[in-house]
Amino acid sequence: MADTPMVVIRNLSKVYRQGDLDVVALNRISLQIDSGEFLALMGPSGSGKSTLLHIIAGVDRPTGGECRVQGIEVTRLNESALADWRNQNVGFVFQSFNLIPVLTAYENVELPLLLTGLNRRRRRQQVNRALELVGLADRSRHLPRQLSGGQEQRVAIARALVTDPALIVADEPTGNLDSRSAHEALGILQSLSRQSGKTVILVTHDPKAAAFGTRTIHLEKGELT
Amino acid sequence: MTLPLTYHVRNVFVRWRATLATVAGVALVVAVYVLVQSLAVGLEKSSRNTGDPRNVMIVRKGSTAESSSQVTREQLRLFKYWPQIARDEQDRPLASADVLVMLTRPRRGSEAEAHVLIRGVGAAGRALRPQVALVAGRWFVPGQREVVVSRRLAARIAAFDIGNTFKAAGRELAVVGWLEGQGSAFDSEVWMDGDEARRIFDREFYSSVLVRMRDERSAAAFLRRLEADKRLPLRGLRETDYYGAQTMTAVPIRILGGFLATAMSIGAVFAAMNTMYASVGARTREIGTLRVLGYRRRTILVSFLVEGGLLALLGGVLGCLLALPLHGYSTGTISLETFTETVFEFRLAPWLLAKGLAFSLLVGVAGSLLPALRAARLPVIAALQSV
Repeated sequence: MADTPMVVIRNLSKVYRQGDLDVVALNRISLQIDSGEFLALMGPSGSGKSTLLHIIAGVDRPTGGECRVQGIEVTRLNESALADWRNQNVGFVFQSFNLIPVLTAYENVELPLLLTGLNRRRRRQQVNRALELVGLADRSRHLPRQLSGGQEQRVAIARALVTDPALIVADEPTGNLDSRSAHEALGILQSLSRQSGKTVILVTHDPKAAAFGTRTIHLEKGELT
Repeated sequence: MTLPLTYHVRNVFVRWRATLATVAGVALVVAVYVLVQSLAVGLEKSSRNTGDPRNVMIVRKGSTAESSSQVTREQLRLFKYWPQIARDEQDRPLASADVLVMLTRPRRGSEAEAHVLIRGVGAAGRALRPQVALVAGRWFVPGQREVVVSRRLAARIAAFDIGNTFKAAGRELAVVGWLEGQGSAFDSEVWMDGDEARRIFDREFYSSVLVRMRDERSAAAFLRRLEADKRLPLRGLRETDYYGAQTMTAVPIRILGGFLATAMSIGAVFAAMNTMYASVGARTREIGTLRVLGYRRRTILVSFLVEGGLLALLGGVLGCLLALPLHGYSTGTISLETFTETVFEFRLAPWLLAKGLAFSLLVGVAGSLLPALRAARLPVIAALQSV
């Protein structure tokens, strides 16, 4: 499995227009990420690392170049197809967790599964398995505000892996966590890559976080260094 | 695929202050709408409730109401014995020549005055109108200066209790009983002996004549004959049709109701819109997250419409509950047919409540359309980055 590349990027560019100015976020980047890899993407603020992550995950579109994920040119998918593709293939972990405040931990984790057509029983199995994996099976009925930051992020990780996606992307997932919770969260991501063969892409500017990865690449001013 | 209903319900309640204000606004609109419409329904019902399909009412040609009609004694004699008219046990035709007189009386507990309709009924008058029943006291004695008043009218007009007397055309009339007309137009009338009424009020003519037909075929024949008889400038029509057409009084109420509801609903739409815009603003990142997870624009659009609809529907239910206690409450207005006090009830029919709820739903959906469109059109990245 490790010999088929998960992500193949060629000459990828992203240029924003700000008034009369063109701001280059990504400048003709080429990159390959293998299946099962835990890639840490580092760089200072504004270096383009989040933009790159968003394009790989099918949330943003490049202005030039190619981005294939599992052989699919995601940049060519239309809006609805892209939404379905994200649902089935990508798990997202955000810096501020982005849990839905009115839904319980269980319901938050179930959200991506509601789009899959699985029946209630199968959904329950998968949600419980995901919550067990992050060690929060006993918190499933809690609302996000009743959880600590670390627990919230673990719920978010459970939500990211509940659909069993091949790719998990995490944008500064430890940015809002204390060091112990950060360590826990990164440990879970690491074991997902090691034991379940998930490809994990982690955006961070913390070298300690990046150390959990199998490879670290640096971005600066939209270019790989 | 839509989001689970619990998600919407909880979101409606999570910002409960804004929600409450909007719910109250919509409730008020729906309550006013339902109440005004129920007035119109009550008024029309009291007209439609009146009359017997076997009876034919005869008025002067060209007059739209009994009170503005005249039938001379000569004319009455000409058609009274036609064979189509049913007879009583003594073989007398079942016909009641009535006299209608308007009287001004003070209202109960107020200086204001109201016009009251007095009906002097002929001998067969009561038999022809079985829906009118005595509920207290006794019937008037023919030839005596006695009246029986509607119990509901008595609740609104001074000195209409049994045992009271009042002056009319310089004569003392005694109230000897109360009648009830089962929610018909007779609930707004005062009844007395027809001949006595003509004497007191000095009337040469009758206002109208009510006759009972032998059967359906006789009725048709009678109406044809009356129409054809050149000596009789009269018009005959079924009693039920006559009262069914007396719904003019409800028209301005309906128009007022429609106008009020429209004006107020515009306000309610904006209130709902304001609440939903606030909700979209507060949940921008949540919307971005849902989009990232794979929810489509259409789902986001629908979910905000659902929330707006839910919100307003809540107001609609509350509005109906607010209006409900007035169901059956008796009130009055001036009839635009007779210009006299007309007593009727608020009628909150189930269809009216359903209409109120549908109306609230419409307000909610209309109010949340623009906010929902904004939510659906949010760019994912920008939404995710909002705080």
